[in-house]
Amino acid sequence: MIEVRSLTYRVGDADILKGVDLELPEGGITALIGPNGAGKSTLLHSIAGLNRPAAGTVRIGTLDPFAASGPARARTVALLQQTPVAVSRLRVRELVAFGRWPHHRGRVTSRDEDIVDEALAAFALTDLAGRQVETLSGGQRQRAFIAMTWAQDTPWMLLDEPLNALDPRHARDLMARLHRLSRETGRSVVIVLHDINAAAGWSDRIVAMKDGRVFAHDTSTALLRPDTLAAVFDTPFDVLEHKGRPVVVAR
Amino acid sequence: MAERRLVLLALALLIVSAGFMAWKLRAPFGFILELRGIKLAALICVGAATGAATVLFQTVAMNRLLTPGIVGFDALFVLFQTLLVATIGGSGVARIPGVVQFAVEASMLMVAAAGLFGVLLRRDAADVTRMILTGVILGVLLRGLAEMVQRLLDPSEFTVVQQAMFASFGAVDPGQLGASFVVLACVLALSWRMAPALDVAALGRGTARGLGLDHDRVVIAAMLMVAALVSVSTALVGPVTFLGLLAASLARQLVDTHRHAVLIPAAAGIGATILVAGQFVFERLFSSQSALAVVVEFFGGLLFLALVLGKARA
Repeated sequence: MIEVRSLTYRVGDADILKGVDLELPEGGITALIGPNGAGKSTLLHSIAGLNRPAAGTVRIGTLDPFAASGPARARTVALLQQTPVAVSRLRVRELVAFGRWPHHRGRVTSRDEDIVDEALAAFALTDLAGRQVETLSGGQRQRAFIAMTWAQDTPWMLLDEPLNALDPRHARDLMARLHRLSRETGRSVVIVLHDINAAAGWSDRIVAMKDGRVFAHDTSTALLRPDTLAAVFDTPFDVLEHKGRPVVVAR
Repeated sequence: MAERRLVLLALALLIVSAGFMAWKLRAPFGFILELRGIKLAALICVGAATGAATVLFQTVAMNRLLTPGIVGFDALFVLFQTLLVATIGGSGVARIPGVVQFAVEASMLMVAAAGLFGVLLRRDAADVTRMILTGVILGVLLRGLAEMVQRLLDPSEFTVVQQAMFASFGAVDPGQLGASFVVLACVLALSWRMAPALDVAALGRGTARGLGLDHDRVVIAAMLMVAALVSVSTALVGPVTFLGLLAASLARQLVDTHRHAVLIPAAAGIGATILVAGQFVFERLFSSQSALAVVVEFFGGLLFLALVLGKARA
């Protein structure tokens, strides 16, 4: 379980997170939605132990990500950041293999190689394994970086806007893949999404953030209501139903 | 494959070195061989140090255009030399053994560089354009500072500084050469041990920290190693600004990998080969003494322009 208690994060004079309280149970996919600047990305970085907060605590199970050693933290929680850099002359397999760094710290074992192969297969990258990351399309590159995060083999996987730059087909493909993998392996996924319908279609629960606070936290069906969404995004929405799932339409 | 090319590179270096030593050898053999040997050792040492330093620097700077030379590492070293002459005088400097002087200047550079460039890289690394601008301007500033102190010097003291300032492979202090090789060997060994961590650091601060790497520590360690290597080359022959850019770019082309365990030795080998082969061609074939530094700077400068304008894959 992830437990966040009155977490405050400050940049200069601006409070980006204003006392966030949040409990996320293990398993399934949690979607993090909210307007630009609500603090979604900052919260994700704080949970991953990369943004040291001004006040408050984070616990992932029993681990305090700010007190733990780097490798111990990176064996518990993996974070995919927005627009990661593509190193020149780096091949897809080598990139995915970096996910094993917290486990082997430079001394690669055959088990690491196996897990890298599994991650490549899980994200349909086996055929691209020898390609240079720079030569991939935006969608393939995104998949390669997610496969690296997956190869970290952590109980928690945090993804910051992974659908950026993906067309509808690749976006759907990725969400379906994450959904299936999370069911199969029991690993928990927290994912920042701007597409509310991707959240509606694939997540088990939704956390809506606004102005550096958690505004609402519930199951997808319970949270996606016109009044809640209007209050979160300051814009009117209609919520329809399609095949038993809510569909959100901006009015 | 990358490793095989590394072996070929080592062979090439061996061949040009043999050519450099044996070309048109006349009596007295011992004397000429000793002269050539010292020069060869200096060329290899400077070339290897510059090449390795550039790859290390480019990795932590997340930038394939900048080199320690361009951002003014060597200018900082010249500034310290000038300050040393300004404070204790030319005769005072002459009384200090070469090795001690080298040790003092090198450690000053390591402290200053780790502080200055460590902070700069942490704050600006995300913005590549700003980073290049800041780097180039910083280089000019440091050069200007060194020049200003030199203007204040007594003319006779100034000649002491001047001797150290221009790239010259003719007059190398053998004691300093020995010390330089020890430093070079230590740093290369260290960089080889750190290679897997450097590979991760090249992914960028965010991703590297996400993978549990203590990125700040790697950056500081790399900066200390760069400072040690720049001290080696600058103390031996004076600043050679663009050699590192040539060596690092060619190394990336040659071994075609991101792995530092291969990339750093390759850049070191290419740096050494360029200098030895260049010196061989100019000194033996064209009987010209001082043109090498000029030609290396010329082609390095052209490459820098090509990289900036063309965004060629460096």
